[in-house]
Amino acid sequence: MKPLSLVLRAAGTNCDRETVFALEQAGATAESRHVNELLAEPGLLDSYRILVIPGGFSYGDDIAAGRVLATELRARLLPGLRRFVADGGLVLGICNGFQVLVKTGLLPGSGEQELTLTDNSSHRYQDEWVEVEVPTDRCAWLSRGERYLFPIAHAEGRLVGSASVLDRLEEQGQISFRYAENPNGSERSVAGVCDETGRILGLMPHPERHLEPWHHPRWTREGLADEPDGLRFFRQMVAAVS
Amino acid sequence: MSWSRIEIRVRPEHADPAGVAARADLDLAGLSAGAVRVHRVYWLQGLTDAPGFAREVLIDPVLEAGAVDGPLPGSGVAVSVWKRPGVMDPIEASILRAARALGENPSRAVTGHTYWIEADAGADDIEAAVGRSLANEVIEEIGLGEVPVPRELPKGAPNVTMPLIDLSELDDNGLLSISRQYVLALDEKEMRTVRDHFAALGRAPRLGELETIAQTWSEHCKHKTLGGPIDYVEDGARQRIDNLLKETVFGVTHKLREGFQDDWCVSVFKDNAGIIRFDDKHDACFKVETHNHPSAIEPYGGAGTGTGGVIRDILGTGLGARPVANTDVFCFGDIAVRSSRLPKGVLHPLRVMKGVVAGVRDYGNRMGIPTVNGAVCFDHRYVGNPLVYCGTVGILPRGMSEKEARPGDAIVAAGGRTGRDGIHGATFSSEPLHDESDTVSGGAVQIGNAIEEKRVLDALLRARDRGLYRAVTDCGAGGFSSAVGEMGEEVGAEVWLERAPLKYDGLSPVEIWISEAQERMVFAVPPEHVDEMLAVFDAEDVEATVIGRFTGDGRLLVKHRDEVIVDLTMEFLHDGLPQTPRRATWTTATPAADPAPVADLRGALLATLRDGNVCSKEWIVRQYDHEVQAGSAIKPLVGPDGRGPGDAAVVTPVLGSRRGLVIANGINPRHGDLDPYRMAMLAIDEAIRNAVAVGADPDRIALLDNFSWGDCNNPETLGALVRACRGCHDAALLFGAPFISGKDSLNNEFRTADGSIRIPHTLLVSALGQVDDVTTCVTSDLKRAGNKLVLVGLTYNELGGGYLGEGGRCPEVRETAPATMRAVADAIRSGHVRACHDLSEGGLAVAATEMALAGGLGVRLQRTAMLLGESFGERTDLPLFSETPTRFLLETDGDVALDVPHAVIGEVVAEPVVDFGSFEVTLADAREAFFHWENLL
Repeated sequence: MKPLSLVLRAAGTNCDRETVFALEQAGATAESRHVNELLAEPGLLDSYRILVIPGGFSYGDDIAAGRVLATELRARLLPGLRRFVADGGLVLGICNGFQVLVKTGLLPGSGEQELTLTDNSSHRYQDEWVEVEVPTDRCAWLSRGERYLFPIAHAEGRLVGSASVLDRLEEQGQISFRYAENPNGSERSVAGVCDETGRILGLMPHPERHLEPWHHPRWTREGLADEPDGLRFFRQMVAAVS
Repeated sequence: MSWSRIEIRVRPEHADPAGVAARADLDLAGLSAGAVRVHRVYWLQGLTDAPGFAREVLIDPVLEAGAVDGPLPGSGVAVSVWKRPGVMDPIEASILRAARALGENPSRAVTGHTYWIEADAGADDIEAAVGRSLANEVIEEIGLGEVPVPRELPKGAPNVTMPLIDLSELDDNGLLSISRQYVLALDEKEMRTVRDHFAALGRAPRLGELETIAQTWSEHCKHKTLGGPIDYVEDGARQRIDNLLKETVFGVTHKLREGFQDDWCVSVFKDNAGIIRFDDKHDACFKVETHNHPSAIEPYGGAGTGTGGVIRDILGTGLGARPVANTDVFCFGDIAVRSSRLPKGVLHPLRVMKGVVAGVRDYGNRMGIPTVNGAVCFDHRYVGNPLVYCGTVGILPRGMSEKEARPGDAIVAAGGRTGRDGIHGATFSSEPLHDESDTVSGGAVQIGNAIEEKRVLDALLRARDRGLYRAVTDCGAGGFSSAVGEMGEEVGAEVWLERAPLKYDGLSPVEIWISEAQERMVFAVPPEHVDEMLAVFDAEDVEATVIGRFTGDGRLLVKHRDEVIVDLTMEFLHDGLPQTPRRATWTTATPAADPAPVADLRGALLATLRDGNVCSKEWIVRQYDHEVQAGSAIKPLVGPDGRGPGDAAVVTPVLGSRRGLVIANGINPRHGDLDPYRMAMLAIDEAIRNAVAVGADPDRIALLDNFSWGDCNNPETLGALVRACRGCHDAALLFGAPFISGKDSLNNEFRTADGSIRIPHTLLVSALGQVDDVTTCVTSDLKRAGNKLVLVGLTYNELGGGYLGEGGRCPEVRETAPATMRAVADAIRSGHVRACHDLSEGGLAVAATEMALAGGLGVRLQRTAMLLGESFGERTDLPLFSETPTRFLLETDGDVALDVPHAVIGEVVAEPVVDFGSFEVTLADAREAFFHWENLL
């Protein structure tokens, strides 16, 4: 039985199609739904095992990246999301989805916003491929020492938090991804964070953009890989709820 | 209702990136500031709990602090910038949405910024510098101190008394003065036709009718120069041209399609974009538009709405296509020019460039469309009239390329609301710019809201897949008047303007009818589907409204309540435009002598690599999302460190399929000064060459033409256009590559008191190629030391428009070119071509260096091994820099069969050097020159 996955979109979401495709390639059944449907009927969430908030510019990233969608989720869906995770569901926020999860307080998980993702230190939007490594086993579908090659594409990806919050996350193994070379000035090169349960993950790079061997930025030099990194990432995620 | 003011700043212990960026912009405007901090200011009307709203929605608790209805002082001088009342502010809708989630219901939100600037200058000088760099008074207001309480929006009932304009007694002078007074951009012959038409009807035209005729007959919409008769004299010989477009770019496509065994063109030159077959289930479509004049006045808004506009063209192609890739090509003035040397009324070219790039970036990235290809050209003559070409490729299911509104269908308008923005865009773009264009035509500038358009896209594709409408088109130039007029051309339409949702009160019916407010589409919906159609749009938070119906009576009847605004026959509107023969001349110039001998070829190569036309555009490319949609197979930047310039981009538009679309372009205005005929052929050669260089099938390449020309009332300027069109015809025929769509933007001149600055004749040719399996594609970065370098194609003494100094013969596309393209494509498919790069600006010298830079490997080659098409005499300096077209440099790791002239000229080496035999450059020096923009900006 393929696990049922929900890709949640809002006005300005723009990575929903390829995220649905990624989940399906990885063995899940995936549907995309507008946040309006969920706001009207929060119980819809209960039928899913995986929730992905994909990349894009929800509501234009007006005010700040992810802020308006985070406000809606906080005001209307927070209890349902907590129950979803407590029941064993997995939540993934990619790029704008990560920004949303941080601004709802679901990541790192205290319920209040403890981190932020803000303007890159370059002061510019950046599209480039980066290598990220997994420093801990905390996230339910990642293993320490794994490395992935994914593209980033964001203007507000610099992770900022107080030293005490970052220390706590390091101690608890909640730093799930670090950049091998820091592209945006993120503190401690953090590229992704999970909650204490390891069942909610957010990251700035885009695993759903490395699904085919020819997505690799150097495939014309290095050849075509058997399993592209993004497919591995989603396969492991789907396996964790199967 | 009362206003709350919420002001927010980054806390002092954190860096303020917006302040750093503002400081750099002020520096460009000549103000050397110390620290700059930026405060965001929000005015909200009707909040019950402003502190709670600020905390929950506006303030980032990690970084920021704020104040509600109180002071939040900074240090230095405060200068504030805020949107003019009624100007689109996309942030407002998002704020209102967030407020509703919290149970608040504010009626308005107005945003602004306060810049706290520490500088050793008077407050007035600081304010002036902000005005030059951080504000645009076309859309924004500026003042010392805080952002003031917002003014009320226009109120009250619109003026529904439709003025009648009696033309019956007017002579040519009187008619022209009416044309000017109402910005109709109609000439005396056209005005006489209008006068006589209404005289025959026995009544005076309504203002709404004159406006509708002016929009429909504008150069922008009708292409009356290229489609009208021309009295042409070439080198003294007189020729009569009935319809230049039909005889050249349309005509050649017709000829080619008749000869195709398998006609893969689906719909050409009739819809918003040209449509070709892609695979068994999908067609592809492609359109490139210009948005030059708006970008000159407000670069960010102009370029953004240019992008938004061409995306809507794709949404309105056939029954609606899904955009899959963007391409953007810009032409700017000299970005190093001193401000004091700029003509009056001109924005600095560097500011224009930064604004244009940001506008395209923010619109394209938000839409989730990868921007995968582009080019930038520089010439001092673009200083007052930059060029902004925006292109979009789309995919639509096969069988959806045709559309037809039927009598009884409802006219449904969907998307953004209508406001006073963008009035007279079509007629504005048909007139030259001048030094007061920004004040006269401020209303012509539109401000885009990409998220509104993304919502429209989401809703439109869902409605399309449910088969809810029979026809769709976008509201572009001319707004409703053009969209409804075009869709109803064959059937007739009745429109009820009072139903159109408005941004604010006070618009007159004519303003509603011709407003170019962005992000609107118009549909023909069968009555039985109207309810479902409106529900689909409502589910995506898109406002959709029935504003009329298609009638079947062949008339265009536009009403506002009971008042008739327009009552015209579609026949007069669409076929009544009189033809005005224009004069064109062309005199062939004698070719210039060769450039003077150059002793320091190493220096010449480094200078060429540093030239804006050649140097790396990585600074721009990285600001565009080129990976979204997960279709990127060949990226715009290539090589081990992802910094080398690619020839063309390849995307797989269908998830899970290896079939690719190849997007490439050709443009070189330097050839336009020498011979526009050859320029056109060269641009086509370059576009096809770039596509073939990555692996496109040369038998499946579709082309678009985009002419940007000066004032074609000047016979010499029009003569150059005739030559260019004929070049398009001949090259398309030669290569078997049909044109499927095109566009012309004439009147690209900037009028100053000292005369007119005419842009160089500029032709952009865009190519859409196809490849069966993207894993057979190649990139231009060198792969491995020891591989051979093969130069394909003969080199002629063609330095004109090149980089070795003034002079030289204009390069020429030869009859052998298609065979060379085919041979290279076959070689790539053989699997032994490891890298391929075309030779263009700077010839072999630049191509070899770029391949080395991209791959991080060196090159040793022998100039004497080059195959020459003619003797260069004693001039051993010329062949390396010759710009003869249809040449490729291949890196091969085995025998490659090539049945066209080619020669092994060297090999790839591990040492970081590019060695041409008689001179060499190190990769370090080449890198410093080629990537110098990263220091400049």
